[in-house]
Amino acid sequence: MSADEAPLLALERVAVSYGGIQAVKGIDVVVRKGELVCLIGANGAGKTTTLKGICGLLPLKSGHVRYDGRDVTGMRSFRLVRRGLVMVPEGRGMFGALTIEENLAMGAYIRDDRAAIRDDVERVFTLFPRLKERRRQTAGTLSGGEQQMLAMGRALMSRPRLLLLDEPSMGLAPLMVHKVFETIIAVSGEGVTILLIEQNAKLALEVSHRGYVMESGEITLDGEAAALLHNPKVRSAYLGEAL
Amino acid sequence: MDTFIQQLVNGVTLGSVYAIVALGYTMVYGIIQLINFAHGDVVMIGAMVAYSVIAVLVGAHVSLPPLAIVVIATLFAIPVCMAVGYALERVAYRPLRNAPRLAPLITAIGLSIVLENIALIIWGRAPLPYPQIIETVTYRLTSHPDGATITNVQVAIIGISIVMMAGLLVLIYRTKIGVAMRATAQNAQVAGLMGIDVNRVISITFIIGSGLAAVAGVMDGSYYGVAHYQMGFILGLKAFTAAVLGGIGNLGGAMLGGLLLGVIESLGAGYVGEFTNLCHLSGWSHALALRCVSDPHLALFGSNYQDVFAFVVLILVLVFRPSGLLGERVSDRA
Repeated sequence: MSADEAPLLALERVAVSYGGIQAVKGIDVVVRKGELVCLIGANGAGKTTTLKGICGLLPLKSGHVRYDGRDVTGMRSFRLVRRGLVMVPEGRGMFGALTIEENLAMGAYIRDDRAAIRDDVERVFTLFPRLKERRRQTAGTLSGGEQQMLAMGRALMSRPRLLLLDEPSMGLAPLMVHKVFETIIAVSGEGVTILLIEQNAKLALEVSHRGYVMESGEITLDGEAAALLHNPKVRSAYLGEAL
Repeated sequence: MDTFIQQLVNGVTLGSVYAIVALGYTMVYGIIQLINFAHGDVVMIGAMVAYSVIAVLVGAHVSLPPLAIVVIATLFAIPVCMAVGYALERVAYRPLRNAPRLAPLITAIGLSIVLENIALIIWGRAPLPYPQIIETVTYRLTSHPDGATITNVQVAIIGISIVMMAGLLVLIYRTKIGVAMRATAQNAQVAGLMGIDVNRVISITFIIGSGLAAVAGVMDGSYYGVAHYQMGFILGLKAFTAAVLGGIGNLGGAMLGGLLLGVIESLGAGYVGEFTNLCHLSGWSHALALRCVSDPHLALFGSNYQDVFAFVVLILVLVFRPSGLLGERVSDRA
């Protein structure tokens, strides 16, 4: 993973407005192939808005999004998915009235290789045995943690190259948070590039290669995750430690 | 008893047509929360196009069996209606996707007027006698010589409706595009994040609903033997009632609502005269008794009140169970 390799994802001076407020004020973020990068910051810092800007769910006010060497600024989300850029939205975005199997099938919507899809469903079930037990139940009957697993499993079904995770630990019990992060490490280990958004800065920095700190719509710090973890400013602002 | 069976047969026939039309309403509502008030007029276009094709084929003395002519006419009407349905969504509803909900609703009513006027220009103002080229065969259902009957047309309408409904359920629940339609109905944004082209799914929904509408138009025309540029209005309103009765947005609800509405209407029309027969009151009024001598069936309401029942049902549902019989999710959509 050399630093001069062309990045898989690059945000160039990206600005996004949300609800009349400029929530993201011209940020630069780079994610290289194979990396696990986190974007941390307080509630309202503009993290989710950034992701929505990347995915075409919100229009950019200015700046560019480059993905895999192409300018994908303003491209609609379903086209990005076909290029391997997949987001797991905040709140997990379940199709609550669809069964777990149907949810997974929708994750594989862009694929036509039935046999391989079946194999991938089995892989997701190996990763999350709880889902296999409930494969014919509707997703709405799952607990929050199970839904997060399904959301990640469903995203993996498209065989993404770049996975954007929006607050995967939000609202989960500590045991579930642990399981979710284990999964993130495993998926990253399989070579999927990940941009992770988290309020739980400590956990995020512990699993990531690099990190960006976002504050009021701007990137205020970035660097190796280990270095950020020991940065006194980060420690006081996000890790709850007194200086 | 024979009256009851007869009205039941008529009601199920009528209800099958309502159900097919109601499915178009409910599918569109389920996916974009729009009451497509122009849907009834798509049914009318289907009836009209089929009428023209039948008229041309019969006029040209084509030596085809009558059934084949009707089938050909229907196969013409289906793609025309699909194109109309697609165009309505593409041209009128899509630009209003993010507008306040009242805007597409008013647009739908406007489109209904537009379609009716286009039909008026093409087919004229007069009711068109639907060519009864299929010879009606009547089957007796009971041993009584004047007892309840069912015709081959009724059997065909009921049978075709069942096949179409079953086909639709298979499509929606067993195919990839069907699951994508349900996914889009639940959360269009997340559907997009799965790589589903939401616009395409919405177009397909309109196309399927309009294809069903075309067949419903031919069935309605063949059953009543008449087509008219305004026939879609009342039919559409009744199918909408059926969809609401079953729970709008719910496929099974549209089917159940359609059938129930047809049966309620028919039984209502069949019995309203008996129940409101004024001659029971002859003892109270000498004048009434005199009139009943010449007209023992003198009643307050006659079977021409058939249409009223649909709307009484609509009002009752809206008052007592606005989510419909099978619906659950009205409050979060309101």
